Amino acid sequence: MYDGGKIIAGLAVFVLLFTFPFWYNIGNAAYTKPKLELPKDAKECVEKTEWMRAEHMQLLNEWRDEAIREGHHTYKNMVTGKVYKKSLTKTCLKCHAQKDKFCDRCHESLSVHPYCWDCHVAPKGDK
Amino acid sequence: MLEKAIKGNKLYWGWLCLLLAVSGLGFLAYTVQMKEGLSITGMSRDVSWGFYIAQFTFLVGVAASAVMMVIPKYLHHYQAFGRVLILGEFLAVAAVSMCLLFIVVDLGQPQRLFNVLLHPTPNSILFWDMVVLNGYLFLNILIGWVTLESERKQVPPPGWIKPFIYLSIPWAVSIHTVTAFLYCGLPGRGFWLTAILAPRFLASAFASGPAFLILLCYIVKIFTKWDPGKEAIQSLAKIVTYALIANLFFLGLEVFTTAYSQIPDHMLHFKYLFFGLDGHYTYVPWMWVAVIAGLSAVLILLFPKNRQADNVLAFACLLVFLSCWIDKGLGMISGGFVPSPLEHVTEYIPTKLELMVTLGVYAAGFLILTILYKVAVGVKKEVGA
Amino acid sequence: MKSTRRKFIKIAGMSALGWSLCPALFNGSSRAAGHNEGHSEEHSGSSANAHGHGVRWAMAIDTARMTDEIMQKCIEACHSAHNVPHINNKQEIKWIWPETFHHLFPGQMNDHFHTNEFPERKALALCNHCDNPPCVRVCPTKATFKRPDGIVMMDFHRCVGCRYCMAACPYGSRSFNFADPRKYLKESERTLEFPTRTKGVVEKCLFCYERLAEGKQPYCVEVSEGTIYFGDLNDPHSDVRKVLKERYAIRRKPELGTSPCVYYLI
Repeated sequence: MYDGGKIIAGLAVFVLLFTFPFWYNIGNAAYTKPKLELPKDAKECVEKTEWMRAEHMQLLNEWRDEAIREGHHTYKNMVTGKVYKKSLTKTCLKCHAQKDKFCDRCHESLSVHPYCWDCHVAPKGDK
Repeated sequence: MLEKAIKGNKLYWGWLCLLLAVSGLGFLAYTVQMKEGLSITGMSRDVSWGFYIAQFTFLVGVAASAVMMVIPKYLHHYQAFGRVLILGEFLAVAAVSMCLLFIVVDLGQPQRLFNVLLHPTPNSILFWDMVVLNGYLFLNILIGWVTLESERKQVPPPGWIKPFIYLSIPWAVSIHTVTAFLYCGLPGRGFWLTAILAPRFLASAFASGPAFLILLCYIVKIFTKWDPGKEAIQSLAKIVTYALIANLFFLGLEVFTTAYSQIPDHMLHFKYLFFGLDGHYTYVPWMWVAVIAGLSAVLILLFPKNRQADNVLAFACLLVFLSCWIDKGLGMISGGFVPSPLEHVTEYIPTKLELMVTLGVYAAGFLILTILYKVAVGVKKEVGA
Repeated sequence: MKSTRRKFIKIAGMSALGWSLCPALFNGSSRAAGHNEGHSEEHSGSSANAHGHGVRWAMAIDTARMTDEIMQKCIEACHSAHNVPHINNKQEIKWIWPETFHHLFPGQMNDHFHTNEFPERKALALCNHCDNPPCVRVCPTKATFKRPDGIVMMDFHRCVGCRYCMAACPYGSRSFNFADPRKYLKESERTLEFPTRTKGVVEKCLFCYERLAEGKQPYCVEVSEGTIYFGDLNDPHSDVRKVLKERYAIRRKPELGTSPCVYYLI
C-alpha cells in the first residue's frame, strides 16, 4: 500500500472526529425525560397526549397555513369532534399558560429551537 | 483532473490563502449580518435593494458573456476560440456562483431559502431567475468539464454534449433577460420600466464580460506561461468594441426617450444620477466617470492599431470594465430607487460591513475561478495545446 | 454504451423536470384536500367570497375633514395594536403614516401654480389593497397573497425577505424588518393580542383582518372620528359606497392599473 501510514492516520482522524459526540458526552448524566407542568384547569388537549407529543409541530404548521392563508379558523377533534379555534396564543397558550414550564422544557432538553416566539408573544415574560 | 488544482507553486498557494482569508473575513461580517439583520447595511425603507443585488446583476452579465465565444466556436466553427473557450465557461461558473451567493446574502431570512422551491410561484420573475441561473451553472460545469476531459484524452468531445452546448446559447441570453425582467416589469419604477432594459443589460454584459476575459487571458499568460493565443484575444477585442458601442447607443436611446418625453417619473432618476436631486449628489461623479470611461474606451478600441498593442488593449478593457461596473453595479439599482415612488429622496451608501460581505463573496468567486483555471491551464499544458 | 448513456440522461432529465413541476401542479389540490376533515364544512365568513361576488373591503379617507390630530390618533391606534416598532431612521417601519398630497399624488397637484393649499395638505398613506397588486405578482413564495375579500395579506411565516414586493409596490407601502423589531418595542408596549414580527421579513397594513373577522372595524377607522369610511364595496348600502356616490374621490396612481381600494375624498 502506497502512503499506508498517511492513509491510516487520516482514517484515524476521521473516525475520531466522526464519533466526537459520543466520546465528548462520556461521563455526562444519562438523558432524563423532562417533567412538564400540565395545566391545572384543563383535562384534555385538542388531541390525545401521545398524538400531540408526536405531531404537535405538524399540527401547528397546518394550523398556521390554514388560518392565515385559507381562512379556516376552526379545528375539530378527530375523535370527539369538539371544536377549537386554530390559534397558538388563543388556544394552546390559554391552557399551557406557562410556556417555560411546558414547551421550553422539552425543547431545551432536546436542543430544538422553534422560532415561534420570535414573533408570537408568550403570555408571561419573554423568551 | 481536479488533482491539477493541488499542485502549484508558492505564488498559487499564497493567492489561494489570500482569497480564503478575504472570504473568511467576509463570512465573519456575514455572521454579524445574520445576528443583527440587514440593519448593518446602508439599505433603507426607500432603497430596499443595494450593493448585493447590484453586484448580482452585474455578475449575471459576466456569466452570460461566455456565449460570445460559444456562438463563434460551435455555430461558425471559429477555431481560434477553441483555446480560450474553457476560460469563458469557467468564468461563467464562477460568476454564477457569486450571483447565487449574492442572492443568499441579500435575503432577510436565508434559512427559509427553500420556500422558493417548496412553494414554486411561476408568476414571480425571481422564481424564473432561480431556475435559469441554476440551469446555467449546471450547463457550464457540465460542458466545461466534459470538453476539457476529452481534450485531455485527445479525443473529440462526445456527441451527447452537443445538445447541451446548443442549449447553453439561448440559456445564456435568458439569464440576463430574466434578470432584466426582474426590474423592468415593475409598474412604479420609471427608471427600469423600459423595454430596452434587457437589450441594454445584454450589450453591457457582452462588453464587460469579454473585456474581463481579455484581462484574465493576460494574467494567465503572465503567470502560467501558457498563451491563450493572439487571435482569440483580438477577436474578443472586436466583440468588446461592438458590444460597447451598442451599449452606449442603447444608453443614448434611453436618455433621448426620457429627456425628450420629459415624463418626471422617468426623468427624475436620470437627473438624480447625472446631476443630483434635492441636494443629493453622491452618484454624480461616478456616473460621469462611467460615461467618460465608456466613450474613451470606444475611441481607443475603434482603431485596430490600438487593439493590437497589448498594453493599450488591456487599458481599454479596464476602462470598459469600470464603465460597465459603475453603470450596473452602482447606478442601476440606486438609480431605480431614488427618488422613491412618493418622490422622496433617500440616498443609499453601502456600509463597511456590507462592503466586507461583498468582498468576501468576490473572494469566494475568485477562489472558484482560480481553481478551475488552474485545472484548465494544467490540462492545456499537459496536452501541449 | 452510447445509447444507454443517452437513455439514462433522457430519463434523468425527464424525471428532474417531473420533480420540479409536480409540487406546482399538485400544490393547490393537496392543500384543498387538507389533513383534518374538520374545516371542510367549517367555512367562516370569508369563504362565501371565493366566487367574486362576496365582500370586497375598501376605505375612503375624507381629506377635507381629516386633521393632524386625528391622523396621529389613527397611527397610534394602528401601530400600538399591531406591535409596530418605533425606529427613527431610514430603516423605519410604518403601516399608516401622514404624507402630503404632493407625495401621495406626485404630478397631479399642479404644484407650480400655488392656486390652492392641496400640495401641502396632508392625508394618510397606507397599503391600498389593490385589485391587481404588483407585490403579489412578484412574490416568489406566495408569502404575500390576495384574499377573496380583497385584502392583500402577509404570511410572515413564509416570507424569505427578498424585498421584491417592496421594489414592486408603487405606493411605498411596505416596510422591511432590517433589525429585530423587539429591540425597538419595549416589553411594556407590546400587546399580547397580535404577534410581533421577526427580523428579515416584510410587513405592511393588513386592513385589520383580525378585527374584521370579529365583525369590528379597523383600528384607524374606529378612532378617526368619522373621517375614514370603511365597508364592503360590493354592498350598495355600505358606508363606503354611499360616500363614494356623494363625494368626488381620487385614487393613487390610477394610471398603473393596480386599482387601489383606498379612496381619497376631496
